[in-house]
Amino acid sequence: MVKHYDLIVVGAGPAGLSAAIKAAECGMQVIVFDENHRPGGQLFKQIHKFFGSKEHKAKIRGIRIGEELLAEAEKAGVEVSLDSIVLGLFNLKGVSVMRNDQIEHFRGDNVIIATGASENVIPFEGWTLPGVIGAGAAQTMMNLHGVMPGKRILMVGSGNVGLVVSFQLLQAGCEVAAVIDAAPRIGGYGVHAAKVARTGVPFLLSHTVVKAEGTDHVTGVVIAQVDDHFRPIPGTEKHFDVDIICMAVGLSPMSQLTRMAGCKMVDNGGAVPEINEYGETSIPGIFVAGDVAGIEEASSAMITGRIAALGAARRGGFLQEEDFQTQYRQCLDSLNQLRQGMFCKLNKGRRDITETDEGYPLSMSLLTKGYMTEEELAAIPTVDSHDCGIHPVIECTQNIPCNPCQEACRFGCISVGENITRLPGVVPGSKCTGCGMCVANCPGQAIFLVNENYEEGFAAVTLPYEFLPVPQKGDQGMALDRSGKPVCDAEVISVKTSKSFDHTMLLTMKIPAEFAGKARFYKPEKEGK
Amino acid sequence: MMRIETHPILETFEKGRLIHFTFDGKDMTGYEGEPIAEALHAAGVMVHRYTTRRHEPRGMFCAIGRCTDCVMVVNGKPNTRTCITPLEEGMVVETQYGNGRKEEAEW
Repeated sequence: MVKHYDLIVVGAGPAGLSAAIKAAECGMQVIVFDENHRPGGQLFKQIHKFFGSKEHKAKIRGIRIGEELLAEAEKAGVEVSLDSIVLGLFNLKGVSVMRNDQIEHFRGDNVIIATGASENVIPFEGWTLPGVIGAGAAQTMMNLHGVMPGKRILMVGSGNVGLVVSFQLLQAGCEVAAVIDAAPRIGGYGVHAAKVARTGVPFLLSHTVVKAEGTDHVTGVVIAQVDDHFRPIPGTEKHFDVDIICMAVGLSPMSQLTRMAGCKMVDNGGAVPEINEYGETSIPGIFVAGDVAGIEEASSAMITGRIAALGAARRGGFLQEEDFQTQYRQCLDSLNQLRQGMFCKLNKGRRDITETDEGYPLSMSLLTKGYMTEEELAAIPTVDSHDCGIHPVIECTQNIPCNPCQEACRFGCISVGENITRLPGVVPGSKCTGCGMCVANCPGQAIFLVNENYEEGFAAVTLPYEFLPVPQKGDQGMALDRSGKPVCDAEVISVKTSKSFDHTMLLTMKIPAEFAGKARFYKPEKEGK
Repeated sequence: MMRIETHPILETFEKGRLIHFTFDGKDMTGYEGEPIAEALHAAGVMVHRYTTRRHEPRGMFCAIGRCTDCVMVVNGKPNTRTCITPLEEGMVVETQYGNGRKEEAEW
């Protein structure tokens, strides 16, 4: 017997769940199929705070967004069928599903495909050895199951996935030997790179893996610099002792179902279905949402999910034209905010961007080493107001779509403006109280509170800290600079936690005044120990 | 051990009860309900199988059931994706040689 639904959604990740929730709210009877044992797609592995603005759930960790989506889905009456593999999508929206080793057939008036993406791999000598894993696997092990992927890891790929997962590996207690990328520039956000670099992880751009070493599993890796054609340059080989080689070399849309259904396909970073502005494919009533239509972020996947649902609801007569247009406009505005800035799709791979939208020079050190030089920071006036006493130093120097800092400050000290990709800056004449909300809420961990005149000869620097063990007041350690190099002794003078910080601690350290502009990380041990 | 006892963001991990299973005849422990591959990885087991033709080692790669590199013989059933199969008390987990158990391998 064929079971019938107003809408069938394939995939219970951020796009699919958002689509199902919106459609159910419009009055559609919806079922979501997902092959996994748990819903949420990859959201429950994203333990970092998301970017964007409040409406994009910025400054909330991916895991919490996943929990919110599940609660909304339940409230909206969405039926989620797990351990359900969609085997086929046939003409006229027939969907075949395997559950409990049995095949069942369903028919939807509309179908939204939100199957996401799969990880890319690069081959090299020894790439099939146990110990060569995908970045997603590392996240699954450490963030879902509490298992360390390895003791010492080489990260291959400096896009946001590589950067975020490197930081998460450090949080899990692993050592990251280096982050390498064959490209000459770091592919992900500078703020993500900077928080990895300041812990002391080296970045090696224009480098690739030559071979994985080991007989039964990885025991080491050899990398080498590459020329302009990405060929290894003989004599530049470097060896690292590692037990895991982690690959974060991009994602490809999982568009097999749309191809199977006969949707017209085009190339957009992999084969994707051709779609109109509502995510509808060449087959009326078959929509796509999220990464399957082209790789983006989870934040945009949630919006494209809602847009596809609106399209399906209008098609099914569940939404009047006027309501559709109003809601679609809202979604589109929200989506367009995320699709701006130097890392957006239009600018992907561009090497000719040398200035921010404001006309400030882009840091080349940030793009190649993962940290900014003091000279580069000084050239960007939004970074430091040089106010007397405690004040924020905002080391956010690339146009990325993000503005939680603006809302975090109750005293109106920080302004991004209408366009959320503008650089945040300190509002002239405003008074910082040192509350630290901006430090805790910045998803890029790019804001510091600096007080050059803390005590005679000493400065205080407050930084975001997300590592264990929790440092205690009075602890003596080292201050590291932006590259992770120890610069001076540091004494912890306060560690603030709060429910609203959601596990980001505010660590304030006392350091000799001359290092106020250098010290950006705390290491709980003395040099040489 | 490769277990994360406390985590700065996630605090602790909810686990099932500690149970026993065997890996190639050796007594092992893991948590009920976690993927077999996670229990093995936590215990330092990297090799899950050897390939049919070249007899090369393979282990966990994607950890979400897509790549099938981690398949093993579980309770006698070959080609079991250990990264998405929940661990149960008394499970018999064996390294896979080609398409089956070592004794059945044609090499």
